[in-house]
Amino acid sequence: MIGADAIVKCLEEEGVEYVFGYPGVAICPFYNSILDSDIRTILIRTEQNAAHAASGLARVSGKVGVCAVTSGPGATNVITGIATAFADSIPLVCITGQVNSELLGSDVFQEADITGAVESFVKYSYLVKDAAEIPRIFKEAFHIASTGRKGPVLIDVPIDIQNAEVKKFAYPETISMRTYKPTVKGNMVQIKKVAAELEKAKRPIICAGGGVLLSDGEKELLAFAQKHEIPVVSTMMGIGVVPTRHPLYFGMVGNNGKPYANRAMNESDLLIMVGARVADRAVSQPDLITNNKVLIHIDVDPAEIGKNVGPTIPLVGDAKHIFEDLLALEFSCEHKKWLEILNTYKESMVPRRNPNPDYVDPAAFITLLSEKMQEDGIYVADVGQNQIWSCGYHIVKQGKFLTSGGMGTMGYSIPAAMGAKLADKEKQVIAVCGDGSFQMSMMELATMRQHGIAVKIIVLKNNYLGMVREYQHYTYKDNYSVVDLSGSPDLEKLSSAYDMKFLRLENMAKAQETLDEFLREDESVLLECIIDPMDLVK
Amino acid sequence: MRKKVFQLLVDNTSGVLSRISGLFSRRGYNIESITAGVTADPRFTRITIVASGDDEILDQIEKQVAKLVDVRDIKELAPQNSVYRELALIKVRTNQNERQGVIAIADIFRAKIIDVASDSLIVELTGNQDKIDAFINLLEGYEILELARTGIAGLGRGTENVTYL
Repeated sequence: MIGADAIVKCLEEEGVEYVFGYPGVAICPFYNSILDSDIRTILIRTEQNAAHAASGLARVSGKVGVCAVTSGPGATNVITGIATAFADSIPLVCITGQVNSELLGSDVFQEADITGAVESFVKYSYLVKDAAEIPRIFKEAFHIASTGRKGPVLIDVPIDIQNAEVKKFAYPETISMRTYKPTVKGNMVQIKKVAAELEKAKRPIICAGGGVLLSDGEKELLAFAQKHEIPVVSTMMGIGVVPTRHPLYFGMVGNNGKPYANRAMNESDLLIMVGARVADRAVSQPDLITNNKVLIHIDVDPAEIGKNVGPTIPLVGDAKHIFEDLLALEFSCEHKKWLEILNTYKESMVPRRNPNPDYVDPAAFITLLSEKMQEDGIYVADVGQNQIWSCGYHIVKQGKFLTSGGMGTMGYSIPAAMGAKLADKEKQVIAVCGDGSFQMSMMELATMRQHGIAVKIIVLKNNYLGMVREYQHYTYKDNYSVVDLSGSPDLEKLSSAYDMKFLRLENMAKAQETLDEFLREDESVLLECIIDPMDLVK
Repeated sequence: MRKKVFQLLVDNTSGVLSRISGLFSRRGYNIESITAGVTADPRFTRITIVASGDDEILDQIEKQVAKLVDVRDIKELAPQNSVYRELALIKVRTNQNERQGVIAIADIFRAKIIDVASDSLIVELTGNQDKIDAFINLLEGYEILELARTGIAGLGRGTENVTYL
């Protein structure tokens, strides 16, 4: 057995089903060894998307996503994907090939100091110097990626290590890491304090972030909210924790969120912020969520608590465990009027849009799409105006809503949707992007065709980088700079080039039948929707 | 702005120092000095960091450093129950007439003369930072040719707060 065989064996031990990647000489021993395994390899068309696809798979399966690329440019190309996963705490293991370890540091062909380059975007990284260490390193890497605050781990493996003889392979059953021990269980004293504060609260609210989904704690949070009739708002990454039309859900907060969600959060007297970073887009004025209220901040990462706002009650631990513990405590929390008030806000503060009837109205279209989607369908939003419309108008039923929230990486939706589809082939997976973000990932149409990945794609086409155009509209008085997307391909011809079904929707008149046609079969379809180039999210 | 001395116990991995210093630079934390050396158990390195910032930043520094996978322990070495020492090597230009003056100051500070040349000498001084600063101030009338300071190393007093390996 050689090092590369050992790596494949480690992946088998971890139950890995798919590896997304792109080969090069420095990772060839690995890609040769994996031929003898049942693990499926997906040849992605650019390395960044290998990490995005692994991210989509991780977010749907709850397992660690894996990608493997070559040294030098292969490794540097994957960095944006790693940074995107890091910003959203998505568990990945990224394997990079590396030049011969004896040549390290001598600037040879396709050498890049990748462990150094990704230092600020990974939870941890390894440079393997001895093939005998492979089992321990992989065991640790999967453990680090998937526990505590999840995130990407990179393992850089020089080609001579991949080819080195490994005398015996024993995958460690347990982890013995002296230094890494994340806190999962919440401190009971703190949890009881939360209950005591809730007994006094007249206007309690929960703000759910992506951490709730990462801890698989949606059920527990909702059960707790229902038990005490506590309203819930969410951050962008927390969309889907509570179904959109649940009577206790009051929308997404933040500068792109619902006005009534922000008002609810700001007017509360007790706010449980859970699994959220309290970053600028969700909470633009941190003092509004600390003034005159009890702030309870729950996060598995102690460094998040107090980073952007100082909470009244810090509570370190995994959201699922903490809500289980909170559910088990008996206390009363009376606040009937509060829900009535919030419902009047919700009814009266509906943003008014004046859609142009000559075009597809993205708001109405996305709502209609979500109504027609399967109950547990997966909606992957890209970045740009399309993302804000998706957050505002997509209705999550029992499915998932995926997007790049922290990093805001354009081009995320198509590769992430491919990973999501592979994680659960029974589910309907739809990527919704703009014509800018589509062109950042359109090379992956080939990957979808090659591997038969039935992702449905919607391109909201307005011939502009709409989000930046909107910013230039407000900030630079319509002095548009570098946002015109003239020269974009004819998507019908492009679909035909990839032998893919194509549909076009020019206005809302035929939206019903076009969407029915789009969703009918479990196959890849590209639906182009013509959007008013001057349409705004606000 | 306040100064705080942190004592870290970290796994002795190859990238550990760059991970810690990288964390300080990318989050914009001020690092005044950092010293590192292997402990009695070669698997671990002891690092002493002097950092400055307001209370919130110092609190974040402690949490962010604790989060690094290689870091086993971080705690504050509070001045009232810790000892700090720094080593300084100071090369002073001295002619025949000046030499005795420098030696006299060095004696008061219990510093050692570790090298003498015809026109210079090197003084070795150990102490806390204030002592070293005071010594350097006293050399004002002389020309300091080169100065090397190690930054402080520190330990807590007594056995109460020892992190056992």
